Amino acid sequence: MAEILVLVDHTAGVVRKPTLELLTLARRLGEPTAVLLGPGADTATEVLGRFGAHKVYLVDAPEVEEFLVTPAVDALAQIAEGTAPAAILLPSGPDGKEIAARLALRLGSGLVTDAVDITVGADGRPVTEQSAFAATYRVTAQITRGTPVITVKPNAVAPEPSPVTPELEKRDITFGPVSTAVRVLSRTPRERGDRPELTEADIVVSGGRGVNGAENFALIERVADTLGAAVGASRAAVDAGWYPHSHQVGQTGTQVSPQLYLAAGISGAIQHRAGMQTSKTIVAVNKDADAPIFELADYGVVGDLFQVLPQLAEEIERRRS
Amino acid sequence: MKIVVCVKHVPDATADRTFTEDGTTDRASVDSLLSELDEYAVEQALRIAESGSDVQVSYLTVGPDDAKDALRKALAMGGDSALHVADEDIEGSDVFATSLVLARAIERHGFDLVLCGMASTDGGSAVVPALLAERLGVPAVTHIEELTVEDGTVTGRREGDSATERVQGTLPAVVSVTDRSGDARYPSFKGIMAAKKKPLETLGLADLGIDAGQVGRTAARSAVDTATRRPPRTKGELVSDDGTGGVGLAAFLTAKKFA
Ligand SMILES: Cc1cc2nc3c(=O)[nH]c(=O)nc-3n(C[C@H](O)[C@H](O)[C@H](O)COP(=O)(O)OP(=O)(O)OC[C@H]3O[C@@H](n4cnc5c(N)ncnc54)[C@H](O)[C@@H]3O)c2cc1C
Ligand SMILES: Nc1ncnc2c1ncn2[C@@H]1O[C@H](COP(=O)(O)O)[C@@H](O)[C@H]1O
Repeated sequence: MAEILVLVDHTAGVVRKPTLELLTLARRLGEPTAVLLGPGADTATEVLGRFGAHKVYLVDAPEVEEFLVTPAVDALAQIAEGTAPAAILLPSGPDGKEIAARLALRLGSGLVTDAVDITVGADGRPVTEQSAFAATYRVTAQITRGTPVITVKPNAVAPEPSPVTPELEKRDITFGPVSTAVRVLSRTPRERGDRPELTEADIVVSGGRGVNGAENFALIERVADTLGAAVGASRAAVDAGWYPHSHQVGQTGTQVSPQLYLAAGISGAIQHRAGMQTSKTIVAVNKDADAPIFELADYGVVGDLFQVLPQLAEEIERRRS
Repeated sequence: MKIVVCVKHVPDATADRTFTEDGTTDRASVDSLLSELDEYAVEQALRIAESGSDVQVSYLTVGPDDAKDALRKALAMGGDSALHVADEDIEGSDVFATSLVLARAIERHGFDLVLCGMASTDGGSAVVPALLAERLGVPAVTHIEELTVEDGTVTGRREGDSATERVQGTLPAVVSVTDRSGDARYPSFKGIMAAKKKPLETLGLADLGIDAGQVGRTAARSAVDTATRRPPRTKGELVSDDGTGGVGLAAFLTAKKFA
């Protein structure tokens, strides 16, 4: 069976959930193999095997940590040359997309970014699904040239285990001059905190300008915690300095697609909708009955969030006890 | 120092955007404008020009006739000249062909720094800056939210996939900046008048030594099978808070098994 290369997203061997989703999708197309860059193989290999990676290519060279993005392109290009994979899957973050684009150009391949699903076409090649125009459209496409290179958004599929014992293969990579041109002077991993990550969460509770102050985000956090949710924010709230940018939902923030999205004090501008419109269930609290967010909401409360949200949290707690 | 800012003319994101029958963006039915995210790249170029001497800022766009409007808007914000690459054969180009045309035009013009937006607001793939760097054989410093250019180096803060990074490269380079890099200025009346007199050159594929077969729909490396509008979300129940809004919402969430 043809190999499907999957680039592993990890920190020191701790593999992120989107990688498990990539491995699950890869099994539809062929036999997944993982490419692990940097240290952490001891930790990562077991998880990668559990989700079906038959082989793990290890590139533990200092360059992949010291320089920005491009060493990964050299690594994938050189591994792909030797293995002739049927497709290459990467996570759809800023880094993953940049690696994918350069890789596709070098391999003479086609590229699809931000896929939300991959199926197998009549000829056995991948058919991708993407969202377009603030998720008002679904677009299916096929790559017509070379080895398909596809970046996939988080939550495209539920990760399913398919345990195998992976073979480990260490690879030495020759890094080109441009690959070592942009140095990473420092790297501060984002704090993971106790709440689920925005892209991985089943429920997201977001606050906007209506929250009216950093200190009031405690209320959003309280509702999030009663639901086991991640916390999101609109750009207005982030620009005001009330919540960190890593929590921004929307076109220039994170795009989420949870089971439930709760928007409080958010008007529902097109750029915000672009980041949450594909959520399964949407509920909103807004004091303006004409707020556009209500056009998307399966359930909306026209009211003051400072009244509605505390009552919501109390009622959920009361029903539980 | 020569700065080239890549700016794209895109359909207005707040309008109802659609696809044509062959799966490409319908540009006829909605107004287009300078991609809002490219205004941040224009702003950074102008700030660099203001803080140094002998800095030339030029704008570059690849697109149909009316893409000139994006160049005029950028020129009204500031800067020196503009370059428009237009050719019927470019229509339907994917990111690979677009980056080829941009790269050839940049090489022809000469550059120390290429500035881009983080993503276009229509296609939005956010890969053109990296493809440009790959084609030009220079470093790419992407997704920068705090940019410093001095002494032949670019330094910036970058929000990467899982970490905040400080990164540094040497010129010449391609840099893309985010919407957090600094608010873009509005064109002044004086700026709008001055823009009309600034040089705007139009080039075709032949001027760049590119064959028609290298671009457009025929060269595209992927093909759209279907583009279907999602059924609009059906508007759900809307209740006015009469003092029990939170309880009602809790009941809804419990019924849906979220709580
Ligand atoms: C290029 C570009 C990219 C952008 N990217 C993003 C992005 O990624 N994410 C994003 O979110 N935005 C983005 N924006 C900004 C977007 O256009 C909106 O400005 C932003 O989403 C507005 O945030 P908001 O809904 O919180 O604020 P507002 O639009 O001001 O809405 C606040 C809402 O709160 C309600 N409210 C006020 N007080 C209360 C109360 N006590 N109780 C209940 N409701 C109350 C009001 O009725 C109002 O509807 C982008 C814009 C541009 C141009
Ligand atoms: N046709 C184009 N003309 C000029 N610049 C472009 C064009 N397409 C993309 N760019 C530049 O590349 C950036 C990223 O675009 P994209 O990769 O399409 O999301 C944009 O913000 C522009 O700076």
